[in-house]
Amino acid sequence: MIHIYKSRGYNIVLDVNSGAVHAVSDAAYALLEKYPDGLPEKLCEPVDGFGEEELLEAHAELLELVKNGLLFSDDDYIDLEKVHFEQSPVKAMCLHIAHDCNLKCEYCFADGGEYHQIRQLMSFEVGKAAIDFLIAHSGKRRNLEIDFFGGEPLLNFEVVKQIVEYAESLEKRHDKNFRFTITTNGVLLTEDKMAYINEHMGNIVLSLDGRKEVNDRVRRRLDGSGCYDSILPKFQKMAELRNQDNYYVRGTFTRYNKDFDRDVLHLADLGFRQISVEPVTAPESAPYSLRECDLPEVMEAYDRLCDAMVERRKRGERFNFFHFMIDLDQGPCVIKRLRGCGSGNEYVAVTPSGDIYPCHQFVGMEGYRMGSVLDGSFDEKIKTTFSKANVYTKPECKNCWCKFYCSGGCNANNLQYGGDILSPYRIGCELQKKRVECAIALKFEEA
Amino acid sequence: MKHIKTLNKANLKASAAKGGCGECQTSCQSACKTSCTVANQKCEK
Repeated sequence: MIHIYKSRGYNIVLDVNSGAVHAVSDAAYALLEKYPDGLPEKLCEPVDGFGEEELLEAHAELLELVKNGLLFSDDDYIDLEKVHFEQSPVKAMCLHIAHDCNLKCEYCFADGGEYHQIRQLMSFEVGKAAIDFLIAHSGKRRNLEIDFFGGEPLLNFEVVKQIVEYAESLEKRHDKNFRFTITTNGVLLTEDKMAYINEHMGNIVLSLDGRKEVNDRVRRRLDGSGCYDSILPKFQKMAELRNQDNYYVRGTFTRYNKDFDRDVLHLADLGFRQISVEPVTAPESAPYSLRECDLPEVMEAYDRLCDAMVERRKRGERFNFFHFMIDLDQGPCVIKRLRGCGSGNEYVAVTPSGDIYPCHQFVGMEGYRMGSVLDGSFDEKIKTTFSKANVYTKPECKNCWCKFYCSGGCNANNLQYGGDILSPYRIGCELQKKRVECAIALKFEEA
Repeated sequence: MKHIKTLNKANLKASAAKGGCGECQTSCQSACKTSCTVANQKCEK
């Protein structure tokens, strides 16, 4: 399987099953357009616009790639038995430190932080039980991840600290390495908390959507006031304290700001070097949701963002845009690529009351409660169902060129929009494919 | 090659042979983690 497209003046060819990426001449591109499923051994037909000699040359070079396993290669090296990891250990947890929040963002998928349940903060007892559960179910996995999430975790920071200290105290005994991250709206971020987070946490996600009028339209306090002015200086300070690394300022774009490239550049102008702005997750009926008809404008925004990043790089003003980062040489192995996020299997979410769900997006969903860290119950049937979700069991993913970059999409989105975790969310797919195309085109600019 | 410039060599097949250890960071396309999509992760080995 190959994928060919033109971007930024390059004719780009991806060989899906090997991972090889090429830029080719117009003649070679024309041949691949004519023979998208495989080249003939001999060229018998002309191609409009190209002379015979040129085509024969291009054809010979393309056949060389085929011979070397870099074009039209097979995926017969994948052992699907090895891929079905039903007995996979749990290695990551999203701890809902607070089912409560001090903002009421319009697009919150978590019902203002409460996930359609009661307002609650996680006790240390539940947090401790979660850590014990994770260690007990982690098998031989050494690297274990804990994400502090919510609602707003800074509403319950003392418990965050207690959980960190407890987990760290167990590392040597169990030969584990805990990696912590925290996601925050920043309203309660203080210097003390910054110092603690910088000492103990490998990453922090700072929620800010971009331009003030964009951010404050949706990210508001109960009294309706926006949070931009209050959080911006704190986020800028945090980014500097972390030497502009190991953090993300992370925004959400919606139908209200399809020109989100301007928000990314606004964040870059504010000095942030690690930026992520991502499409909203929303029911189609929401006024801020992204619909099919919005896609053309969003795609243009991604293209403009590419242009701007290249321009700024030339001026020495580099920044990372998360969804354009791609590692073509030493990225994760193909087995990881086809499994994806591991939700409901390697990765679970835990609520303040100790209930386990496949991930934060599933919390409160009927039929998806997997058990409790308090009594150690864990539904193996649900775990097995999620363990089988990979790009080969998702019928539309199996034949998609993007499968090893996307890994089958978000299972929660798949369920919400397609009715099934194995059924991808089309708008998400289109955006993902566009981003990967941009990311690869940008690599050619750097080469 | 006159008509082709290869940006990176094939690596997925090789990774299948020695991969699957599970030590890498879990990835997520949604809000809670650093939305580390698989495309930009690193192998931990």
